[in-house]
Amino acid sequence: MTGERQAARDPAGGPAGCGVNDPIIVCEDVHKWFGSFHVLRGVTLTVRRGEKVVIVGPSGSGKSTFIRTLNALEPYQRGRIVVDGIELTSDLHNIERVRSEVGMVFQQFNLFPHLTVLDNITLAPIWVRKRPRREAEELAMQLLERVGIPEQAHKYPGQLSGGQQQRVAIARALAMEPRIMLFDEPTSALDPEMIKEVLEVMVELAQTGMTMLVVTHEIGFARQVADRVLLFDEGVIVEEGPPDQFFNHPQHERTRRFLAQIL
Amino acid sequence: MTRRRGPSTPAAARPAAAQERPDAATARPRAGAAGEAWRWLHRNLFSTWYNALLTVVGLAAVCGAASRVGRWALTAADWRVVTNNLTLLLVGPYPRDQLWRVGLAVLVTAALAGLTAAAAGGGRSGVLMRRAPALAWLLAPLAVLWLVHGDGAVLDVVRTDRWGGLLLTLMLAAVGIVVSFPFGVALALGRQSTLPVVRAVSTACIEVVRGVPLVTVLFSTQIMLTLFLPEGLRPDRVLRAMAGLVVFSAAYVAENVRGGLQSVPQGQIEAAAALGLNGAQTTFLIVLPQALRAVVPSLVGQFISLFKDTSLVTIVGLQELLGIANSVLANPDYLGRYAEMYAFAGLVYWLFCYGMSRAGRRVEQRLGLGRR
Ligand SMILES: Nc1ncnc2c1ncn2[C@@H]1O[C@H](COP(=O)(O)OP(=O)(O)O)[C@@H](O)[C@H]1O
Ligand SMILES: [Mg+2]
Repeated sequence: MTGERQAARDPAGGPAGCGVNDPIIVCEDVHKWFGSFHVLRGVTLTVRRGEKVVIVGPSGSGKSTFIRTLNALEPYQRGRIVVDGIELTSDLHNIERVRSEVGMVFQQFNLFPHLTVLDNITLAPIWVRKRPRREAEELAMQLLERVGIPEQAHKYPGQLSGGQQQRVAIARALAMEPRIMLFDEPTSALDPEMIKEVLEVMVELAQTGMTMLVVTHEIGFARQVADRVLLFDEGVIVEEGPPDQFFNHPQHERTRRFLAQIL
Repeated sequence: MTRRRGPSTPAAARPAAAQERPDAATARPRAGAAGEAWRWLHRNLFSTWYNALLTVVGLAAVCGAASRVGRWALTAADWRVVTNNLTLLLVGPYPRDQLWRVGLAVLVTAALAGLTAAAAGGGRSGVLMRRAPALAWLLAPLAVLWLVHGDGAVLDVVRTDRWGGLLLTLMLAAVGIVVSFPFGVALALGRQSTLPVVRAVSTACIEVVRGVPLVTVLFSTQIMLTLFLPEGLRPDRVLRAMAGLVVFSAAYVAENVRGGLQSVPQGQIEAAAALGLNGAQTTFLIVLPQALRAVVPSLVGQFISLFKDTSLVTIVGLQELLGIANSVLANPDYLGRYAEMYAFAGLVYWLFCYGMSRAGRRVEQRLGLGRR
């Protein structure tokens, strides 16, 4: 059980901020059950600093559950996960530390509807990082420039289009200056004409060297940005490889079947 | 839920409403105004022969009743039962040489209302305008309490057994509402707590109070607070009645707020957690603001009933507005003047309830701005 383990920096992971190629996420044989339903059946994955990993797979295969274990939104029952040198145990202090270093973007945006765009973005820097408000607002405005909607700063999320909302959600996550960004189907809830504006922001982010794990079915994005593509099925990683090999010469029958369905 | 809704600012809604609502159109002098009014009448009141008949009959009935009430009020009614006792009805036995303090308290309240309205209308006009109402809302109730009760040093103490009439009604209602609100929110949060003891105690408090009538709660606090507290700390009758109202109202606030808490989507809590906010921050910055917004209408309704329920304190011997009214009616000089007296009391109750209802509507509109 995860609760029994001691909270400690993992010696193998090393202290944060080392060389470019050391592992920033290490998952070893991660298992998770929802009641009696075995949803993650032994996931082993190492992600290097700055790497872009795209995760594809059929609906219900556990993709969301897996990336949600990486910032402890979902607990796991067996195996171990080390994120940026911090082992994820049930220790609340560790969990909050990891969460403030890992940004997450949800399919449904999950912006705070009672706060303006600017307040959505400054909330965590002010309350978690204890930044002065003025400084947080300056950073928020820079981020809104970066995602292309500075003029929406004083509107409420409900007044924006889906694409704009998702770009605010990305800015909100970036405001915590995370080392890792997780995306769970960030474009699946969007009308087709808004998908591009969100993907463009993500491509730009990838070019800055951010470590990214992206669950998506946008094959174009995967080909352009991914260092590695994973196929998730029934709670395990079935196949992984660079996009070229993954899409053009898949090794496994299941990958071929899955690609045939979505391409 | 994620579908976007157009901007729903009152400013954006107003022009559209003005085009659709013919009464607004007739209010503005325009060329086609008369024609438009006629079309509206035709469409809504005289579209078919039976609609026309209903309109005529209904109008006749309303006019008949109104004229009869009007005639009664102006001729048959003898309003001296009200006018001769007006001060008594308004403040009860409050010392007559201290009445200026009540007047000042009314002025403070009016100023607070004005300031709030100005700040709500002014939009985001600087830090001062945004902070001032919050500060005023903290200080004004204390100022009113100080004025009405006194402190023994600057102002003579007017003990609560000298409070009565409308003054007592308003003090009971205001204290009941203001104090029960935080307690109710705390109970609602307690009921959702992960700690079993906290959850059980909160649930028990809520369910016990909701399972008995207000009269029972009022009697309980009258008796129990005298039995269990030491001699020197025993609160007076008004305070005990206030405690009863607070306990009763808090249980209902808690149930309302619980509904609001449940209406906040799980995704909101996850998004807050993913940003590194801790449990308390998530509750107070994300969940509660959204939950409270969702329950403003039901809270306003509940506070209006609490206002009316203050009339029940006559049962424990307090003379609020209705209590004074009844004791005046017991005076042989005003034998049988029930209609006049109750018409007056009803009008006063209605004025305050209608005011609360309107204020609640304004709050809703104001808060509706940020919703999706
Ligand atoms: N909170 C939960 N409780 C029970 N079962 C769940 C829960 N969340 C997800 N599941 C189940 O776990 C499986 C994997 O879900 P998910 O990770 O969302 O899949 P994906 O993102 O790949 O579509 C699904 O069968 C889903 O029904
Ligand atoms: Mg999913």
